[in-house]
Amino acid sequence: MSTTTIDSNSQSDGSSFSVGDFISKYIFSKDHKVIGIQFLFSTLLWFIVGGLLALGIRWQLAWPWTDMPVIGNMLFSAEGGQISPEFYTMLFTMHATVMIFLVIIPILAGAFGNFLIPLMIGADDMAFPTLNMLSYWFMWPAFICFSATFFCEGHGAQSGWTSYPPLSVANGDAQTFWLLGVTLVGVSSMLGSVNYMTTIIQMRAPGMTMFRLPMTIWAMFITALLQAFALPVLTAAGVMQLTDRMLGTGFFIPEGWIVNNAAMASGGGQPLLWQHLFWFYSHPAVYIMILPAMGMVSDIMPCFARKPLFGYKPMVYSICGIAGLGFVVWGHHMFVSGMHPTLGMTFMVATMMIALPSAVKTFNWLGTLHGAKIQYTTPMLFSISFVAMFVIGGLSGIFMAATPVDIFIHDTYFIVAHFHYVLFAGTAMAVFGAIYFWFPKMFGRMMNETLGKIHFALTFLFLNGTFFTMHILGAVGFPRRLADPYHYETFRHLLPMNQFMSVCAICMVSVQVIFAFNFIYSLFWGPKAGRNPWKANGLEWQAPSPPGHGNFDFQPIVYRGPYEYSSPYSEEDYYPQTTPPQDGVDESGDGHH
Amino acid sequence: MGKFWSFFFALVPILGIGLFVFAINDWAPIRGHWFPELISKSHVIDNLFNFIMYLTGAVFIGTSIVLAWIMVKYDGGSNKEPVIYSHGSHTLEVIWSIIPAVVLLFIAIYQMDAWANARMYRPTLSDGTEMPPHARVTGRQFEWKIQYPGKDGKLDTPDDLHLINDLHVPMDEDIVIRIESMDVLHSFFLPNLRVKQDVVPGMQQHIWFHAVKDGTYDIVCAELCGWGHYKMKGRLTVEPSREEFDKWLEKAYAEQETAQYSLDEE
Ligand code: HEM
Ligand SMILES: [Cu+2]
Ligand SMILES: [Cu+2]
Repeated sequence: MSTTTIDSNSQSDGSSFSVGDFISKYIFSKDHKVIGIQFLFSTLLWFIVGGLLALGIRWQLAWPWTDMPVIGNMLFSAEGGQISPEFYTMLFTMHATVMIFLVIIPILAGAFGNFLIPLMIGADDMAFPTLNMLSYWFMWPAFICFSATFFCEGHGAQSGWTSYPPLSVANGDAQTFWLLGVTLVGVSSMLGSVNYMTTIIQMRAPGMTMFRLPMTIWAMFITALLQAFALPVLTAAGVMQLTDRMLGTGFFIPEGWIVNNAAMASGGGQPLLWQHLFWFYSHPAVYIMILPAMGMVSDIMPCFARKPLFGYKPMVYSICGIAGLGFVVWGHHMFVSGMHPTLGMTFMVATMMIALPSAVKTFNWLGTLHGAKIQYTTPMLFSISFVAMFVIGGLSGIFMAATPVDIFIHDTYFIVAHFHYVLFAGTAMAVFGAIYFWFPKMFGRMMNETLGKIHFALTFLFLNGTFFTMHILGAVGFPRRLADPYHYETFRHLLPMNQFMSVCAICMVSVQVIFAFNFIYSLFWGPKAGRNPWKANGLEWQAPSPPGHGNFDFQPIVYRGPYEYSSPYSEEDYYPQTTPPQDGVDESGDGHH
Repeated sequence: MGKFWSFFFALVPILGIGLFVFAINDWAPIRGHWFPELISKSHVIDNLFNFIMYLTGAVFIGTSIVLAWIMVKYDGGSNKEPVIYSHGSHTLEVIWSIIPAVVLLFIAIYQMDAWANARMYRPTLSDGTEMPPHARVTGRQFEWKIQYPGKDGKLDTPDDLHLINDLHVPMDEDIVIRIESMDVLHSFFLPNLRVKQDVVPGMQQHIWFHAVKDGTYDIVCAELCGWGHYKMKGRLTVEPSREEFDKWLEKAYAEQETAQYSLDEE
């Protein structure tokens, strides 16, 4: 492991650094940037799969039990082009599974974490490049396991992404593949996590103190910690469920359990145990799914506000606060599960308090924009929309944290609204912004701004049409995961609203074609980007675009934090971290008061 | 462009709040897009929801206005003022940490009673003992088995009445229901009474409510229990009085007995 080696020979194309053929350069690469881009492409492809699964759900909710035009016959010819209840159960199970385990988590940590960490801290690569390569290649068996679930008898995995036993233990073979897939994704995340922590602690360039790190790096660091502490619990729980299924143990199976009129031999377990173990991981996981997005937004915003980030240290502390509290709130998913009500009360108080650091972050983002000179570029629009949408998702969290209210809205569309505002309107929009922002660094070319803005505007409109309306469905008590909610008199009249939402959802997915076109076109024919097209401060912008193997063609030395925009000490309205201060000028207190 | 984008972002709070106003006031074209009719004596869940809604609504409107204003005023294309070179403000951080902290703690403490009433303080009889269950509801894929204790007031005795998906209760009384599961998780959800409780195999739980309006209402299963989850629908009938309920019980019991005899004779 070499800490900040100066490779004086390395050229921008990196040809003298890496010997080897195409395979070792682009397939089994140990270069963190290539691995990051491999993660990016894989996750974007799964994003398409996840989106199509969502359209299947929306089709059934708007036009239940009717033939799906054109693609219906392709997908489920056995049922004459209609969605069956089993197929519907698979659709929402796999939609969530794909989006969470194969898109959001790996695109944040795998793609952006990999690409950005060494570049932003001024290192030549990760601490453990081979481990890094393995973390990508462990995704492939996971891809295969999850794909296999689709081909298992009985339409695939059908226990929901939460896989609550005893149902999940009784379900078919697809559940076994599902559990293996989740375990493998976990191994991949764990390998990444170890690497990120070590790299961030050990390999920072000279002068890059912890409090000069960009927010993205802080977020990735805390995320890696969350992974390291929470993941083993999920892995253990997954193995326990596997042995319940295959070896006849009874961790999650109560005494005298009967399914399909046949008694099960084992017993003595507790179904709620799974829920505790699952949410002990999966609540921290929701922060794994948003902290890196918050970090990236905190880096994009100051750049296009041409103004320092407001409250850097409070921003860091609130990330730490969210992560710490994030370990003691998992029970808010179990308020009506049968868990003891006193325990529910303590989880309620902790959950209320976790809204606090989220609020602090929001106010600091607004503070960053106040007094700025905002440039409305595509990455900036996505970042501002992240803040606006996160407010909605954070506020709806307070309703559900209130235990009595949660009795009514638990497992209704109110919850579905909540997590789509934080995960789609929040994280996915931030990821789009990050792609537009760092694309020039990844591929050396700019994406088209006009197409970017059209993509932003349409996605923003349709996403709100799809998800905002879910709040009022939740207020009616409209349950999630029902193949035919209109079976109940209480919900029968909600069909037209659902049709409106489905039309919005179809449009939302369709307009992603604009993004796909822009991405692919710019990859080959976009205008060449220089090193620093946005006039940003971060170290990554001092490297060539794209950086060669080994990243920097000089030894970066860091003199200040990454948010010195419009600094009085600089002639220009930005002040890169590597620019040495002028003689005799005291940029007091690290630039932070 | 600042004006345009500011307006564009403001569309969400404007249309969103408009949607809520239409829904809350039950205006066309979205009649019935708000809480289903409340038939419980207690209004506390609805009141708490409304309270949180007005509070978070105020925060939502506040941040939306600030954002819209900032996006116009500090548009780089038109703002001639120099950028305010500031790294933050200690005073502001303290203010905007303490105020939300106090408000959140207040909500947390304020709702504790409602939670305790819904989950801890089971109704009692006049002598102070816990009220016995009015019926036992057992979930199984994909129906609700309902068992009434019969004349002796005890479950699992020969005079019990067994029905499927058909729960009757009298109006204007505290009712305790015992809920169980025979197979997988289900969730016993009465939208009109704001009652929801997962049923867990291996656990015996009790829920209680007090209906103040007669009629028939949905019993919904709210926890995924397999492919037929969507059709696990029961019916709750609130009888206008204890007498009506007893009359119904007698009749249903007689029907069960004749069905039983004809079965025995075959
Ligand atoms: C302001 C902070 C937040 C609070 C107070 C909060 C509160 C809650 C509560 C109480 C639930 C459980 C609701 C129920 O099942 O009845 C929930 C569900 C959920 N939350 Fe949050 N939340 C917050 C932020 C977030 C964030 C930032 C994310 C993700 C990035 C997130 C993702 C989710 C997801 C995915 C679920 C649903 C899981 C499922 O049942 O499938 N939440 N939230
Ligand atoms: Cu949670
Ligand atoms: Cu069910």
